[in-house]
Amino acid sequence: MTTATVPDHRGRYGVFGGKYVPETIMFALEELEAAFNEAINDKEFNELFQKELAIYSGRPTPLTKAERLSETNGGASIYLKREDLNHTGAHKINNAIGQALLAVRMGKKKIIAETGAGQHGVAAATVAAKYGLSCKVYMGKEDIRRQALNVFRMKLLGAEVIEVTSGSQTLKDATNEAIREWVASVEDTFYLIGSAVGPYPYPKMVKQFQQVIGHETQSQFTQEHGGKLPDAVVACVGGGSNAIGMFAPFIEKDVPLFGVEAAGLGVDTDQHAATLSKGSKGVIHGSLTKLLQTNEGQITEPYSISAGLDYPGIGPEHAYLHETERVKYEAVTDKEALEALKQLCVTEGILCALESAHAVAYSLTLARSMNKDQAVVVCLSGRGDKDVHTLMDKEGGEYR
Amino acid sequence: MNKRWEVFQNSSDYRFVPYIMAGDPSEEATIELSLALEECGAAALELGVPYSDPLADGPVIQRAGMRGLAQKVNLEKTIELVSTLRKRGLEIPVIIFTYYNLLLQLGENRFLQLAEENGVDGILVPDLPYEESGYLQEMCSQNNLALISLVSPTTREEKLVKISSEAEGFLYCISSLGVTGIRSEFRDGLDEFLRAAKANSHVPVLVGFGLSQREQIHQFENSSDGFIIGSAIVKKIEELEDELLTNREEAIKTFKAYLESLLPVYSR
Repeated sequence: MTTATVPDHRGRYGVFGGKYVPETIMFALEELEAAFNEAINDKEFNELFQKELAIYSGRPTPLTKAERLSETNGGASIYLKREDLNHTGAHKINNAIGQALLAVRMGKKKIIAETGAGQHGVAAATVAAKYGLSCKVYMGKEDIRRQALNVFRMKLLGAEVIEVTSGSQTLKDATNEAIREWVASVEDTFYLIGSAVGPYPYPKMVKQFQQVIGHETQSQFTQEHGGKLPDAVVACVGGGSNAIGMFAPFIEKDVPLFGVEAAGLGVDTDQHAATLSKGSKGVIHGSLTKLLQTNEGQITEPYSISAGLDYPGIGPEHAYLHETERVKYEAVTDKEALEALKQLCVTEGILCALESAHAVAYSLTLARSMNKDQAVVVCLSGRGDKDVHTLMDKEGGEYR
Repeated sequence: MNKRWEVFQNSSDYRFVPYIMAGDPSEEATIELSLALEECGAAALELGVPYSDPLADGPVIQRAGMRGLAQKVNLEKTIELVSTLRKRGLEIPVIIFTYYNLLLQLGENRFLQLAEENGVDGILVPDLPYEESGYLQEMCSQNNLALISLVSPTTREEKLVKISSEAEGFLYCISSLGVTGIRSEFRDGLDEFLRAAKANSHVPVLVGFGLSQREQIHQFENSSDGFIIGSAIVKKIEELEDELLTNREEAIKTFKAYLESLLPVYSR
């Protein structure tokens, strides 16, 4: 199908992708690309990565049939790929382990990372501790205030959390600041990006380390269904790392794929993070992609109840899969996500992350439109412990 | 190459190229600051465009960008400012310093048309490395506009040779890793890097990033053809913000006095 030739040798997914960064770090991207290509063709590296995923993060994660949730909604059966059961509570650790092993292989002793809600920051701090690396995490002042618990976790893990006060003081500015720091310390520092964004080869590398989600799903599902593939696969999309990892083995197969963006208060308001539905072509954080911006090119601040989807850009491969119509991208509001989260809680006993709740919400709509003998797989990218505060603020009244 | 670049390139002076942000703290202030800079010896002028996400800039220029944004200055308005500068007598080359996303949204063709109409001489895009600049480079050549290239101490040798030999307007040598900002020290081996750039370049080789004092400028006299100062000047403008808005004449006097204390005698 469409993706056999992407990315090309210049790191392009169609027109998207590329390397839009200051000249000072171009050599580091080349060095990284060479080291990455060498590593993924090295049997020993791959075995080590698989081993760490198994004995440190607890993979493979289960594929759980959501019996009562499916029954409640009618239509197709819903299966949950349980990335929430990973060490540290989300899929982020897959990529963090992969990049940290690469950093060690390249002889780098320092890592830097950006974080929004703090999940990637926690994953980065975790692998830094495990592999004996120093770790600086850049986080917007506003996010530090909203996610005090994760800030404390990162510090417990030995990481230094650096407050970012530039711009709007959120994930986009934390990423700018991490890139600025990387430009200054590029000779001995590894930049551990948390999503399938950034200059090439980052989008490719993050996909490589996240595709374990899709591969496990495929083998678990086909084993249970006599070789048959699922009838639809759904994942939420902020930067897009869990989605690209989940979609990876299915892109070339005849399986409908759905990415779910955050519609916040609605895509017709100015309070959303629906980059593909409402954004336009532009450059953010080193990559040509779709983003939320003014006509003049000033990047605007997105909004979603879910901090992990609250990002004005999206990985370049998603922009490409959107343009080629291989993946259908839908948007789900705060309200719909909250309802799905609660429904999953009471029917399955699973509290998922607010990000993942967007995917769950759309899978319910989808399942209802399908037949009983069909199956939808949803990537449950993370668990909801981190969101309990937000949930108490929003929904607390109901439970008092 | 146009007449203004010819004068710039044929000059035997050690060239001073300042950077200021358009609209900081107002469009009229930008005009008068530019004229003051020329009067104090600037050989060319870099005019920054306010941007929400300036990832190659340190805090000083980030704040200047916020002030420019508050004045609703955009890429188009910045280009149009150049036309006013020309009417007010500015004769030195003007380079528009813009992030790539702003250029993309305006459209490269529209930019080139506006640049020509308004007397712009060059463009510098800090997040468009050599590898991604092919199309813009070609369009600029066709339109007689210099696309200013940057090289860094981390640039590989064969690439340094290539960029240096193809450079137009001037070659911008980044004197330290990191973002723009004021620094007290520079890295070792810088002279060697500058000499390698100079050996391959047909245009003046300028050193920039971090310079803020006369002694630092003297340090590079023998290995380069000039220097760029951004953050230190922008910081002075920040200090003078209120005065520039209320008592501009006095503020410009103070600004000129600052430039005289900063610049080597021969570049004035």
